[in-house]
Amino acid sequence: MNKAAILIIDDEAQIRKLLEITLQSNDYTVTQAATAAEGLVMAASHPPDMVILDLGLPDKNGHDVLKEMREWYTNPIIILSVQSEEDNIIKALDNGANDYLVKPFRTGELLARIRSALRSNVPGDIDPLITIGDLHIDLALRTVKMNGDLVKLTTTEYALLAQFAKNAGRVLTHHYLLREVWGPGYIDQSQYLRVFIAQLRKKLEKDPNRPEYLVTESGVGYRLVSKE
Amino acid sequence: MTILKIDKTSRKNQYIFSVLAIVIVSSICYAFSSLIGYRVVAYILLISVSLLAMLFDILPVLVAAILSALIWDFFFIVPYFTFQVSSAEDTILLLMYFVVALVNAALTYKLRKMEKATILKEEKENTLKLYNTLLNSLSHELRTPIAAIIAATDNLQNDSSRLSALNRNELVAEIEKASFRLNQQVENLLNMSRLESGAIQPKNDWCDVNELIYDTVKRIEENNISQRISININPAIPLFKLDKGLLEQVLYNILVNASQYTPPDSLIEIISTHHANILEIIIQDNGNGFPKDEIEAVFDKFYRLKNNRSGGTGLGLSIVRGFTEAMGGAVSLENISTGGAKFFIEIPAKTSYLQNMKNE
Repeated sequence: MNKAAILIIDDEAQIRKLLEITLQSNDYTVTQAATAAEGLVMAASHPPDMVILDLGLPDKNGHDVLKEMREWYTNPIIILSVQSEEDNIIKALDNGANDYLVKPFRTGELLARIRSALRSNVPGDIDPLITIGDLHIDLALRTVKMNGDLVKLTTTEYALLAQFAKNAGRVLTHHYLLREVWGPGYIDQSQYLRVFIAQLRKKLEKDPNRPEYLVTESGVGYRLVSKE
Repeated sequence: MTILKIDKTSRKNQYIFSVLAIVIVSSICYAFSSLIGYRVVAYILLISVSLLAMLFDILPVLVAAILSALIWDFFFIVPYFTFQVSSAEDTILLLMYFVVALVNAALTYKLRKMEKATILKEEKENTLKLYNTLLNSLSHELRTPIAAIIAATDNLQNDSSRLSALNRNELVAEIEKASFRLNQQVENLLNMSRLESGAIQPKNDWCDVNELIYDTVKRIEENNISQRISININPAIPLFKLDKGLLEQVLYNILVNASQYTPPDSLIEIISTHHANILEIIIQDNGNGFPKDEIEAVFDKFYRLKNNRSGGTGLGLSIVRGFTEAMGGAVSLENISTGGAKFFIEIPAKTSYLQNMKNE
């Protein structure tokens, strides 16, 4: 049913093998490259629906591969890396990665991220009606409903939630959110973000301390979970 | 320790101090020369040289020894204010003074060198011991999960027909558990090497303590721990500007520790509040607590409790202390009188009470 083509660029044969088994058994078509050079050629000659890119390649810095690829490749790129430093993750997301998973990762998590990245890549305008679990967001009418009940949001709360809705499933960095919602002068004012995330959770989550919709990506940003 | 410290003062200062000391001591003796005989002065000067020998290098001390002999001769031996010595007895005394002062200086210096060598040797032995402890605990902590993974996969590959579905699931669960354990150890080792290399620079950002604690608890609960965790956070707690990653690792390691060393169904409590600009977090349990005589040592690198069953590398709690101190905070541990252990963390940081503002 899926048949989306995914290119894996990773120098570790074992990881490629495991990804191949996982993805093929979930009906994806898989191609593989062990070096950056090989991967760039394959992505250019037969553009896949998605690229899974390892940052630690032998022949080229992964961040440079990502930047180079983003000059002409527009489909989703998911980073798989052993580098767990927040700065690295933020850099990759700023350079155009759609998502970032740290090795070791759970296969279920990877598949969920792949589905969500592929879904958000459907061409055409964004559907103004976004439904995630019991949460309904209407970007045209600027209304938010939970379990059918209208949720009253302030202007800023709505602007923040709208960013998440337009990028459902995708991790949004602190800087991105501050810039888009508050403006470029606010990117170091993360206290606003903390407060408004907490307020949104109080209005949307069953238990604001154990959020199911707006989850924290520690040190990186937040993600509106895209439920299937 | 004092000896080592003064060793570091520069050579030049040692010369200046030696000469000064001798000049001052002789001046005092000169002032009282009507009361004390010149032989007593010789003893006083000898003692001064000996004291200098305990602190300084050999050359400045030799200078002091020669200077003191000359001063003694010049100011205290008749005829005064010449280097001439009138009686044969005084000549012998002066020569003896020279020899005793020099031998004294040389012997003290030699003694100190030997002492230093012993300290160095002890330090080396301690480092070696530390390394051996680390290698032992590491090979245990890394090989055990690897052994589990290999054994479980062997079983799955060879006897698959004889295994019940339940057995098969159990083996897979064992592989998963072992992998988590390996990952945890690697994490600890990486953190330890970050600490050791001094590469930890806190990256402070505004942090919602509520979110931090709940996220950490969520992480630990994903390991299917058998203890219950209760959370109690002062609702009026402000935002704190601190390194969330470091603090999260501190809390996580204490919780891992509690989950490994308290009996199943124990209660782990996390209590957080603040006093002015100090964030306070208490993590306590109703388990068995720590042995009294070891409570001071548990934060030491590679320290493992003497009678522990579950191994461990002795890294977890030393990372707790290292990271807390890197944030400018402090962590302490005590046993609770009713049973159980209580970790107390204090971190000073900037605060923001922004959440009390009205929505715009």
